[in-house]
Amino acid sequence: MINSLRAPYDGVVIAAPVTIPYVRYSIESAQWWIGRALSALVAQAGIKVSDIDGLCVSSFTMGTDSGVGLTQHFGLCVRWLDTIPLGGASAIAGLRKAARAVQARDADIVACVAGDTNHVDSFRLTLENFSRFNQDAVYPYGAGGANASFALIARNYMRTFGVTREDVGRIAVAQRANALRNPHALMKAPLTMEQYLAARPISDPIHLFDCVMPCAGAEAFLVMRDETAASLGLPAARLLSTIERHNAFADDPMQVRGGWAMDVGELYAMAGVKPDDLDVVQTYDDYPVITMMQFEDLGFCGKGEGAAFVRQRDLTIDGDFPHNTSGGQLSVGQAGAAGAYLGLVEGLRQVLGTAGPTQVRNASLALASGFGMINYDRGLASGAAILAGPSR
Amino acid sequence: MIDPIKPPRRKNPLLRTRLPASPPRPRSRTSHGFTRAAAEGRFMLQRCEACGSFAYPAREACPSCLSADLAFVDAPRRGMLLAETTARVPSDVYFRERAPWRIGLVKMDCGPTIVAHLHGDCAEGAAICMSLQLDKSGQAVAFAHPEGDTPNMADDKQWREMTADPKFRRVLVTNGRGVIGQEAVAALKAAGAKTVFVGVAEPWRPFAGEERLRDQDGIEIVTLDAADEKSVADLAADIGGKVDILVNTTEYVRPGGLLDRRGTSIARDEIDQAYLGFINLAQAFGPAMRMRGADGINSSAAWVNILSVYALANWPAFGAYSASQAACLSLSHCLRAELRPGGVKVMNLFTGPVDTEWFQMVPPPKVAPRAIAQAIVSGLKGGLEEMYVGDVAEEIRQRLAANPKALERELDR
Repeated sequence: MINSLRAPYDGVVIAAPVTIPYVRYSIESAQWWIGRALSALVAQAGIKVSDIDGLCVSSFTMGTDSGVGLTQHFGLCVRWLDTIPLGGASAIAGLRKAARAVQARDADIVACVAGDTNHVDSFRLTLENFSRFNQDAVYPYGAGGANASFALIARNYMRTFGVTREDVGRIAVAQRANALRNPHALMKAPLTMEQYLAARPISDPIHLFDCVMPCAGAEAFLVMRDETAASLGLPAARLLSTIERHNAFADDPMQVRGGWAMDVGELYAMAGVKPDDLDVVQTYDDYPVITMMQFEDLGFCGKGEGAAFVRQRDLTIDGDFPHNTSGGQLSVGQAGAAGAYLGLVEGLRQVLGTAGPTQVRNASLALASGFGMINYDRGLASGAAILAGPSR
Repeated sequence: MIDPIKPPRRKNPLLRTRLPASPPRPRSRTSHGFTRAAAEGRFMLQRCEACGSFAYPAREACPSCLSADLAFVDAPRRGMLLAETTARVPSDVYFRERAPWRIGLVKMDCGPTIVAHLHGDCAEGAAICMSLQLDKSGQAVAFAHPEGDTPNMADDKQWREMTADPKFRRVLVTNGRGVIGQEAVAALKAAGAKTVFVGVAEPWRPFAGEERLRDQDGIEIVTLDAADEKSVADLAADIGGKVDILVNTTEYVRPGGLLDRRGTSIARDEIDQAYLGFINLAQAFGPAMRMRGADGINSSAAWVNILSVYALANWPAFGAYSASQAACLSLSHCLRAELRPGGVKVMNLFTGPVDTEWFQMVPPPKVAPRAIAQAIVSGLKGGLEEMYVGDVAEEIRQRLAANPKALERELDR
């Protein structure tokens, strides 16, 4: 069977980018963070809570709640509901589902929200209960989260393609420079290459500044049809294209590419743009080596050319390849499932021209990607979306 | 290349004893197929009976053809180490205090890739030999070794976490009057045990083989009658804090079943010696062993029971004895659960009739006491939980698995 080409996302727009500023630890619950995000969505869009008729939620720390419990919790009456447990791919997956819902008029305004709290033991509890394969065949090995698993992937990738720590470090260092312009970033101090290289080893070759800092926070946006946005007078970005893929390249003995590589042609073809046309790129940066892999798989360079690419390009806000302009998870923090939203929400702000201190001049075309669920030996879920601002 | 471990220094009583922590324990039910294999020192993977492909981690359906017919079968152990990492600051308490800790991803020749603990001599890109081991939580984990032997291989720090190697440890063999006990002492001493305490009831009474135990370097005869609660408590008060491995060699074998005996006096003796003796030993020595499961090179490590294989299926010719052994087997599972928080293994050796006087009328094959002693050592070195020593024990195991009712009928001869 040959996959059919998907229908375009005509008429679908995204609006109201919301970030609830992160904190390292929070005594509040995930529900509190999600509630703040919903409240901010309503305020920013100038709508009533009852105008939201679709809800899409992602969180690792909601306990026994799913999306339906949240409807009652927040006084929402929706006719479309989804709970997406896809970790770093949750934002793209949620956006895609919400887009089809509004396109088919199953809903008019879908609130896509991700929020997680971070108690002192949240991260450990999330690790312990991550997935069955993880429980049976990874966690007993002291992997202690994704660090050791990604260390294996990073080591193999770096050896296979001759990538040095300095190459990978360019991504982290550039993101820190961006983060210094983002008042909400948890990392406030500059990061030099010397500091990056001298960081303490966590799980070789992963060192401290290759790791994200778990924190609490929430991110959200609204998905609707263009006429809805227009009637609300709401600035919105058009959804040009998306892709999503799970468990791609299962026969690769080790992960050297993500699912993007299977669908990247369709991503750009549907959007009618080329990689060079993009004004800003937001990758999923749980580890900088995964970002390097995305530069290749999303078509900015060939496989194995990621290191050369980051050597040639300036990844800062004012550079020739503005990337993870908020500072990304590496410098802003990883607020659980909200980490999936961080890049998409920042990309949305960029093309709406509302990114403030991190704004890339005249940005009108953004790509955001997601990656998630290291179920056993590799990240299984991947996705990407291309957004166009009103000026394009 | 592994540096040989050094004999532990005398313990400083002012320093805190490191408490045992457990690596993560939860597993899916299906994953306990590996636990069963590891307990016996086998390497098994799930293989699809429909398409023949191997799968890992434990699954409920074949990832190649979706068949549910996945059976745990003995699998080829060879693989190649694709990538390794050294975890330096793991979040788990057990690993954190043992860091740096090396793990790797292994591509097995038979197909699956396996995250495994690495022996120090495993190298990236080189062939490895995989085994399943019981870690300190008692659950199975994959462990990759180099393909061939390397110097001081058994002294690898990660490997030693998986085993109960007698090297530099202090062992109590509970009954030195019997040949099994005496052979066990010799084998454990040869395996590098620092001290072997040998329990002898009423040691002033001479016994055969006494000269093998008296005045030997590293062998100490201690007064012990396992059936006597006070005797056991007295000894534990003396040496309980320095018993790292306890080998329960209590032997009390009497022929006969139910109807040809009069009264319960022999049965009482059997229960006193085997079952209550076990309880006395466990209560006296168990708590300190559980406490000392992470106490350095000579941490407490294992409890060994030598059980008749007829604990699994009653042999009417020795019917009451079989029942006393079944009681001990059941108790061993309780002890295993209670010692588990200390990371102390309970290893059961199942034997057929042993070549001793109480099995005089039983025709061969019989198990040589020396074979039992060698099995104890190899089981401890391999970190096993179940061993079947000799042809009779192995045959009973297989027949029991094949058809327990047939075995019951055929033992009635």
